[in-house]
Amino acid sequence: MQFFFEVLIAGLLSGVMYALVALGFVLIYKASGVFNFAQGAMVFFAALTAVGLQEKFGLSIWLSIPITMVVMVALGFLTERVVLRPLVNQHDITLFMATIGLTFFIEGFAQLVWGAEVRKLDLGIADEPIEAIMNSTGMLVSKFDVTAAAICGVLVAALAFLFNKTKIGRALRAVADDHQAALTVGIPLQHVWGVVWGVAGFVALVAGLLWGARNGVQFALTFVALKALPVLILGGFTSVPGAIVGGLIIGATEKLAEVFIGPLVGGGIEGWFPYVLALLFLLVRPEGLFGEKIIRRI
Amino acid sequence: MKFKLSKLLAISAVAATTALTGTLAAAQEQFVPILSYRVGAYASGGSGFFGGVIDYFNLVNANGGVNGVKLSWEECETEYNASRGVECYERLKKKNGGAGLVEPLGTGIAYGILDRVAVDKIPMTTLGYGRSDAANGKVFPYVFPLITSYWSQAAGMIKYLGDKAGGLDKLKGKKIVHLYHDSAFGKEPFPVLEAYEKQLGFQLTKIAVPHPGNEQNSQWLQIRQANPDYVILWGWGVMNAVAIKTAARVGFPREKMLGVWWAGSEEDTIPAGDAAKGYTTMTFNTPGNYPVIDDIRKKVYGAGKGNLADKDRIGSVYHMRGITAAMLWVEGIRNAQAKYGKGKVMTGEQIRWGLENLNVDEARQKALGAHGMFPTIKTSCEDHEGSGATKVQVWDGKAWKAVTPNWVMGDRAMVQKLVAESSAKYAAEKKITAACAAG
Repeated sequence: MQFFFEVLIAGLLSGVMYALVALGFVLIYKASGVFNFAQGAMVFFAALTAVGLQEKFGLSIWLSIPITMVVMVALGFLTERVVLRPLVNQHDITLFMATIGLTFFIEGFAQLVWGAEVRKLDLGIADEPIEAIMNSTGMLVSKFDVTAAAICGVLVAALAFLFNKTKIGRALRAVADDHQAALTVGIPLQHVWGVVWGVAGFVALVAGLLWGARNGVQFALTFVALKALPVLILGGFTSVPGAIVGGLIIGATEKLAEVFIGPLVGGGIEGWFPYVLALLFLLVRPEGLFGEKIIRRI
Repeated sequence: MKFKLSKLLAISAVAATTALTGTLAAAQEQFVPILSYRVGAYASGGSGFFGGVIDYFNLVNANGGVNGVKLSWEECETEYNASRGVECYERLKKKNGGAGLVEPLGTGIAYGILDRVAVDKIPMTTLGYGRSDAANGKVFPYVFPLITSYWSQAAGMIKYLGDKAGGLDKLKGKKIVHLYHDSAFGKEPFPVLEAYEKQLGFQLTKIAVPHPGNEQNSQWLQIRQANPDYVILWGWGVMNAVAIKTAARVGFPREKMLGVWWAGSEEDTIPAGDAAKGYTTMTFNTPGNYPVIDDIRKKVYGAGKGNLADKDRIGSVYHMRGITAAMLWVEGIRNAQAKYGKGKVMTGEQIRWGLENLNVDEARQKALGAHGMFPTIKTSCEDHEGSGATKVQVWDGKAWKAVTPNWVMGDRAMVQKLVAESSAKYAAEKKITAACAAG
């Protein structure tokens, strides 16, 4: 039973890491209806810029992080201004394709500027078991994963505050509900979209730093976006809490499935198992657990 | 009109002469297409390996070429993608008088062009990867898994683990986990490991890691529960650093991990930080510095022709592997020239013969400034691998150091038996009559 709980906790903590990436998708989709395929590339770009600044200019990580934050927010605003604004009122698929193009541009540009070598990123958080838990329960729970979960919690709280308690947050929600209506009451749509892309850039930075510190800063960071997709399907594309709950469910079930079902079928099932789960959810609840239910009247 | 005509004739004559001279100049160069990858998920390995190849080519050219024949090359970016690799091969195979040989550094691309190289008569080398049964030159005349294959490596791994345990018989009852990339690459050593399991009586547990391997908590929790004596890490790319870090997280000693040589570069250990200390892997290069690397520093980088942007990577695992590959190609070309004409550009067929008759012994290694850098190699029609020897290296936190002073050789007879069986099956499928190629 102890092993079951150990796997479950490890899965929940991994799920938080997936949720961190999923949050970036949710923010942009919620405010602009665009599925930002480039979110994974933004995570990679953010992490690479942070370590690149360290390497090339000899900065400390704590100085390179705020500079990268500025770069990421600028990238977000620039994306809105150069790529998406000219495509306003185009079909959703056009906007989606534009973000696919953006993905390849960011991936190529990042490697052009900073190089393609694998780098180490040290945030000073030890990736080792918490002794107190290990001594009392025999279970191994990583300090790094717990810290990442705490950071994710703070981020979600900050986003909730931004959305619910600030003027810009109200504008964001208004735009998310109905673009046309928001425009008619004088909300500057493009400014709001710029803010959202900027915030998504910041979220990508947090995700990039944590994933980069965990796995090394390398191109494979772009693949973490694949882990976020079932989370989004499950939690709903428009819900911040949905991203968190979806992440927890996906993380826990994929680990439990891999450990307890995997050996019976040859293993290696955690790559596709979350997608099967997401597919089943789609059949029952297409809008996801927390997504807005769309009712169309004929 | 008369003036115009004579002027036209003169211009034509000059143009024709220039074109002829150009052709002759091109004809004096041995062309090698470089199917490299410098962007994408595996760029760091690609840039190191192909950087080593180009650095060695530049060194050979700086020393006057191969009996006066300069080497020329053109890069094509594959991004480690099989279809792009095939496209690059097709684009470059007839360029500049035709490709002398090809090295895709990717199992997917190697499989994609396996049949094509035989038709085009262009030898393909696959150092340390690809089909292990291609060591049988009677069935695969144009494929050269030079130095060592995955099967030889797996046999070497068991030999090393046996030595570590105090003898192969001491492996009886031990638990070995094979943690592998869930792909053809990760499954390649199954036949060897399973044969050894039966023969030596250890307990083999195979645990798959789905691509790309950036999350391995569940696999390592299973390993922790199984409490194995050793873990063989058969990984590639991000999977390696994540495996090392997750091993540390669950408290599994890195000294009990033994990685495949594609999990044994600086790119695998540096991102893992302190967790990688004590981690061991297989290799077919002895880490260290060699006269040939000093020559590259002096004559190539000194002349501003170095291929690596970061000079600290000179002599790194991938860079040295690229130098080794290029050195063996040049030896193959030199060999071919000795038979078909010194100072001449060789065809793919002729270089195939050169590679099939390699004999890089210790004396030759010394002459090349690479004594002990890789195992001695002697190829033949029956043995396109030419060695099968490996070494074990350990990461000390800053650099790789050799663990085994001598080259480690697994059960050669077992590997050769597997090669014979598997290649015979391939020959039957493809209706190939196994025979040594004429030359």
